[in-house]
Amino acid sequence: MKNFLKFFLTILVFCLKASSISAAEQTEKLLNPGWGFKGFFGKFDRGSLQRGYQVYTEVCAACHSIKYLSYRNLSETGGPEFTEDQVKAIASQFEVTDGPNDDGDMFTRPARPADNFVSPYANEKAAIAANGGAYPPDMSVLVKARKGGADYIYSLLLGYEDPPSGLSLDDGVYYNKYMAGNKIKMSNPLSDGLVEYGDGTSATSEQMAKDVTTFLAWAAEPHLEARHKIGFRAIIYLIILTILVYFSMKKIWSRVESKV
Amino acid sequence: MSDKKVKRRDFIFTTSYALGAVGVGAAVWPLIDQMNPDASVKALASTEVDVSSVEPGQSITVLWRGKPVFIKRRTQEEIDKAREVDIKNLKHPEKDEDRAKNPEWLVMLGVCTHLGCVPLGDKGEYGGWFCPCHGSHYDTSGRIRKGPAPTNMEIPKYEFVNTNTIKIG
Amino acid sequence: MSDHEYIPKSKLGKWFNDRLPILTLANHLTEYPTPKNLNYWWTFGAILTFCLVTQIITGLILAMHYVAHADLAFSSVEHIMRNVNYGWLIRYVHANGASMFFLAVYIHIFRALYYGSYKSPREIIWILGMMIYILMMMAAFMGYVLPWGQMSFWGATVITNLFSAIPFFGESITMWLWGGYAVDNPTLTRFFSLHYLIPFLILGLVVLHIWALHVPGNNNPIGIDIKKPSNDTVSFHPYIVIKDLFALLIFLIVFAFFVFYSPNILGHADNYIEANPMVTPAHIVPEWYLLPFYAILRSVPDKLLGVIAMFAALFILVILPWLDTSKIRSAIFRPLYKQFYWFLVADVLILGYMGAMPAEGIYLLVARVATAYYFLHFLIILPVLGNKEKTSEVPLSITEPVLGGSASASITKNHLDKI
Repeated sequence: MKNFLKFFLTILVFCLKASSISAAEQTEKLLNPGWGFKGFFGKFDRGSLQRGYQVYTEVCAACHSIKYLSYRNLSETGGPEFTEDQVKAIASQFEVTDGPNDDGDMFTRPARPADNFVSPYANEKAAIAANGGAYPPDMSVLVKARKGGADYIYSLLLGYEDPPSGLSLDDGVYYNKYMAGNKIKMSNPLSDGLVEYGDGTSATSEQMAKDVTTFLAWAAEPHLEARHKIGFRAIIYLIILTILVYFSMKKIWSRVESKV
Repeated sequence: MSDKKVKRRDFIFTTSYALGAVGVGAAVWPLIDQMNPDASVKALASTEVDVSSVEPGQSITVLWRGKPVFIKRRTQEEIDKAREVDIKNLKHPEKDEDRAKNPEWLVMLGVCTHLGCVPLGDKGEYGGWFCPCHGSHYDTSGRIRKGPAPTNMEIPKYEFVNTNTIKIG
Repeated sequence: MSDHEYIPKSKLGKWFNDRLPILTLANHLTEYPTPKNLNYWWTFGAILTFCLVTQIITGLILAMHYVAHADLAFSSVEHIMRNVNYGWLIRYVHANGASMFFLAVYIHIFRALYYGSYKSPREIIWILGMMIYILMMMAAFMGYVLPWGQMSFWGATVITNLFSAIPFFGESITMWLWGGYAVDNPTLTRFFSLHYLIPFLILGLVVLHIWALHVPGNNNPIGIDIKKPSNDTVSFHPYIVIKDLFALLIFLIVFAFFVFYSPNILGHADNYIEANPMVTPAHIVPEWYLLPFYAILRSVPDKLLGVIAMFAALFILVILPWLDTSKIRSAIFRPLYKQFYWFLVADVLILGYMGAMPAEGIYLLVARVATAYYFLHFLIILPVLGNKEKTSEVPLSITEPVLGGSASASITKNHLDKI
């Protein structure tokens, strides 16, 4: 029994270690400002999500789509939790292509909460053409699509610096400490005071990076809080049931005169 | 075996079974609930329609919850015709006032109550709709007057959020 | 099998049982004499059955919402994660369930290797088990393609390309698998169909696997044949049922930790990028449970020989009962074999680790050594050990030595303590 548990734990530790080992070259250690949504009792900070939404809309949305997110998600539990009226107002600021109408024409109309976030470009090729040959990735699951997750996105946003001496960059290419290969075609999107936060928080680059990363982490995992909550209850329940079944097992096996 | 031991043993088993049953129930519920309408379907549970361009006598058809909804701006003639009818003789007695609170606007599900076809507007012997599938005739209030359909066309929940917009559902 | 004929108690039961002996079967399963010295490594059969049922149930539910088309697959998975009620839960259970399934199957296989459960007269059980394992790998591979992420697409490309190594027919076979000139929509739709089918083939093989087991009965930690029923056995219900349930609950706690707190840790971030035939990921890796075979494949510089080596590594396991010549089953009484067993475990773990690394430099060297050792173990070490090894004395029964009577009582008691 002890051996069983030892073995199990060894395998578990091995799995966890093996999965966190990178197969790549040496990479910079990522920045970590502390994320409230990580850990067993992790939750999203509503204020941070709302500020992050503002950063996304005012800074990122010009190039980056977030097509799997719907405006109605903004008022659902576990997210920024804007009110339904706020969400209606937010949605109506954007134009959505709909149709065809009875004349056979496509037309535009204001977005409704049920619509998905409007993309800045009609399609991927248009996005690439408008951005010097590089595609600004869709951000719906970007936090899950990068090794290092939230730490990586946060670090990247703050990782712009002058290239080391001797390294020359083409036009439209910038140096970033955390990007694989160090070259990135996105210029530094953040600078202090770029956005004016509605709640008065000072919009430093670090603050905006943290808020928009939190927002993107929620966008990638909108059910994170429910998952943590249900998980906690499920595991406590399983532990209690395991203990009960353990004693049931002992009772039953006590009937066997000599267990070898 | 002493009575106390038996009682303790049964208690352990009973508690295990009970707790186990709770767990199984909790685990099974998501498997069933996943077939209920999902969030994207429920988001389309109500729809807002801009009716500012609908002239009197004109009708538009919108899709709501997967079904057609007729929104007709009735002329005075059509309203009068609807209100004159003696409902005692109707197969499904309903007053027009109850079907169209704002008499100028008739909002109803464009689905024949017989077997579900979509009736054609401005047709039939009663100035309303005619269902070509099996010959049901509806009047200017959407009530069944002749043919196999058992009830009047259904009036969904709707309200005017402002003079130009109807929210259905 | 020496069942007395089972007579159901109720009249209705008797009527039904005469026409379809399902109550006889239930009685057989309930009374089935099981060695009473089984340790927790024997609980994984039941755990595996639970895993199979879980994958089938969550899988068929996902299939209600998933769209198997290259243009819609990725977004249908996001739809499940975001919109379907508890969709995120069902998807994470299915994805992590696959990993748990393989964790359990590896423990189950390594238990068999340690205690000689594959030896006569259980060869067919072993071969059926190997067939189940192969089908599991095929199902898992195809399942991973379905979300149509970068790893889905490129993993499918790499593995299907292997078939082009076959002389003469390779190219045609590969295009036949693809349904086109590259992995694309036709590949996806047929993988979906087969991914749905295979678990039911596995289910059938599992029935045969258990049936074949019930002929000789379970092996046990000291590897001796026992009389059934006897003082050495207990009835399957309630003794083994409750023990399996306890082990299953521990397993579920581990499972729950993955599903609720680290649902993506065993996966690869690149699979959250939509498949792009124009861009290859920096490192193409399969899921962890396929890594040892991936390492063997990449160890051999020649394409065809690499494929042959990978399949040979699998085939060698299938014929294991005939490679291991020892008459003694359990490693408890085989001190030399026990050592080599743990070397093999280390070797497989090393191979797995190497499979995740780029196939160059020190990683490639270690992978080659580990591959060579793997074949050495099965082709040279095992046959030689069977003939040359001096084994310890094996007890005559499970209970007898402890209760006294056997000449080897003291020796066997020591060994039994070690279990």
